[in-house]
Amino acid sequence: MYGSKLGLDTGLVARARESASAIAGSVMDFAAARTTTSVERATLRMLGVEGADPDGVHYSNRVVDSTSGKALMPHGLAIPFADAMIRTSTSPSAAAKAIADGDIEMVMPSGEALDAALRMATTLAARSGSQIRKQREFRSGRLEKIGEGVRPLLYVIVATGNIYEDVDQARVAARAGAQVIAVIRSTAQSLLDYIPEGPTTEGFGGTFATQANFRIMREALDEVSEQEGRYIRLCNYASGLCMPEMSCLGALERLDVMLNDALYGILFRNINMQRTLTDQRFARLAAAAGGFIINTGEDNYLTTADASRAGHTVLASDLINEQIALRCGLKPDQLGLGHAMQMNPCSEDMFVNEIAMAQLIREVFPGCPLKYMPPTKYMTGNIFRGHVQDALFNMTAVMTDQGIHLLGMMTEAMHTPHIHDRWLAIESADMIRTAARHLSDEVEFKKGGMIQQRAAQVLCEADALLAEVRDEGLFSAISRGVFADVKRGMESGRGLDGVAMKASDYCNPVDDMLTGMAGL
Amino acid sequence: MSQNKLPAGVDPKNVRAYGDTMNDGQIQVSFSLPVPMGPEAREAARRLAGKMGLKEPQIYHEADMGHGFSYFIVYGKCIHGVDYAGIIVPRLEMEIMGFHDVEHYMEEHFNRRIRVVGACTGNDAHTVGIDAIMDMKGYNGEYGLERYTTFETLNMGSQIANDVLLAKILEFKADAVLVSQVVTQKDVHLSNLAELIDMVEAEGIRQDILMICGGPRISHEVALELGFDAGFGPGTKPNHVAGFIAQELVRRRASATVE
Repeated sequence: MYGSKLGLDTGLVARARESASAIAGSVMDFAAARTTTSVERATLRMLGVEGADPDGVHYSNRVVDSTSGKALMPHGLAIPFADAMIRTSTSPSAAAKAIADGDIEMVMPSGEALDAALRMATTLAARSGSQIRKQREFRSGRLEKIGEGVRPLLYVIVATGNIYEDVDQARVAARAGAQVIAVIRSTAQSLLDYIPEGPTTEGFGGTFATQANFRIMREALDEVSEQEGRYIRLCNYASGLCMPEMSCLGALERLDVMLNDALYGILFRNINMQRTLTDQRFARLAAAAGGFIINTGEDNYLTTADASRAGHTVLASDLINEQIALRCGLKPDQLGLGHAMQMNPCSEDMFVNEIAMAQLIREVFPGCPLKYMPPTKYMTGNIFRGHVQDALFNMTAVMTDQGIHLLGMMTEAMHTPHIHDRWLAIESADMIRTAARHLSDEVEFKKGGMIQQRAAQVLCEADALLAEVRDEGLFSAISRGVFADVKRGMESGRGLDGVAMKASDYCNPVDDMLTGMAGL
Repeated sequence: MSQNKLPAGVDPKNVRAYGDTMNDGQIQVSFSLPVPMGPEAREAARRLAGKMGLKEPQIYHEADMGHGFSYFIVYGKCIHGVDYAGIIVPRLEMEIMGFHDVEHYMEEHFNRRIRVVGACTGNDAHTVGIDAIMDMKGYNGEYGLERYTTFETLNMGSQIANDVLLAKILEFKADAVLVSQVVTQKDVHLSNLAELIDMVEAEGIRQDILMICGGPRISHEVALELGFDAGFGPGTKPNHVAGFIAQELVRRRASATVE
């Protein structure tokens, strides 16, 4: 379908992939040996803990932060928690509240109590698993019945701060032709070590991601899907200190796409790499179980580094992300690996070079719904020029068969999209997608020409970089500033205090359940 | 008052918008109304344009966005004019100097490195701007302040609370502070910036430091209103800021002493 317009050296692609695989293997080993506060909170949520205390702190946070929670975390909290449930003869939420109130302390059970706790935890995990399975089946059913529309999927954001206003904007966007609605989170949220509870109507530069907000938007979009006659996907962002919890909520509430990228959190939000790479493993298991697409954030590398020179870091990172994701049970058609158009629009042959990059990523990841990000770095208050920059981007997306086409907004540099900014963006993308529908099938690239040469060069550089990273290890490479020109240390950044080595008897029936659902 | 020559036919006391004929007042506006498309919506759009001072408003384009929303592109003759001749705008009076010029200037005038602290304050996590001004690599070919041998810099990055910034200003003995604010939803940047000035004043050090702010919605005028010494908006390059710091500190030393 995509053919090989670039004449890529397939041996080189395979070698680069192999290096990425080795890197991914080390990362997975590292993550599998550890647990985090977020993993344990996600586990408790999946065991059925719901609700927040009078201060708005979720009971899963209260349990993990309790004295016994802290002490027992290396062993996994599922078993002690299930044991506490049995001892109090109450529901998961009531038991969590009892622990939070200090009425009961968790202990590590043994003998028959241990067996009973394991059975209880396994049963509760299976219940969540069943809910996730139902959501998956519902999605597959709708996709089969009414489809998703034509690819690339048009992806737009809403970000009013008020979930109910977001619903209004989303309805209009869907009517205009949007196929994925993404709710941008409130600006501080990736750094919060908890998920706010309940529907929210205020946020800064976005809307808080909460379970209730997921449900509200999902319900609205299901209604809109019926009206529009195509399944509208809902996207949110898992990256940050709560990645496992976000992913689990996404699976339970039938989100269809989630940003899930530890590297992004490390580089751009200064989250500790040990914490977020460990979190990512659990989060991606949940994504695999949930059957939703994960998006990665390589597009951001080109906002800090020079896009005309840093393309190889995007490709290298995409390969690493792919290999980690596959090891978590995700399938190629769930990998929305990210890249972007971020070259200076005024520079000579910028369009030619961007086509080369986009086609390169396309050919290296033939089965993936690649996430293509619009220009942001060179967008200005000149909204009319911005609309044209986005048109060039739209053309590139269509002629290189991208999977998820994030819509550029002409007002990108100035404010979160107004309702008509989004409408005009969709109109433009739809027009270009229609007008250039079969262009990709028609086009061949000149042998040995600029495009083929550029792609070959970037592939070569990516392969060299991956060999380097494989030798020194990903952690060291990040410390050196290999990606995005940003340096992060192994011990630095937020969230390290939430990481613990697993004890030899670590047990997590939710992890086991997700692993099973992911087919691993 | 800027005295670049005005085109022929302009009345400086009553400057009107310009389409292709002097004083035609031609303006394009586009907006959405939360009403369903139809004759009433069109009339509402025309009346709204009328209230904005647009005579003979014409709807060039309309879109029924559904769910009770309509979009309009409207052209009309804006009857309003502005007394341009009477306008006085506070602007940053300074010579724009290049990297090497600033370095030489600083070497000539100071016997120590000038200390600059920078940060994105409040909940703001967008460091692209402050990084462009401060980091080695700078922006658009111009080196950041970190690159200057005559500055000693500290880029605190993002989401820095005002009190944390103040503590660092004191600890670092900053001569100049650069505050970046990108997120402006609900004008959070204004209150945040104002609060910082209050805190610096309460500490009794306001007169000893150059307070500078920047961001996509910051102008020199806004900065002055908030109590800052200067504001820099989009398109600012590191050497603009460096040059300002250098020249302003020298100007102040004319009245006080920088040790």
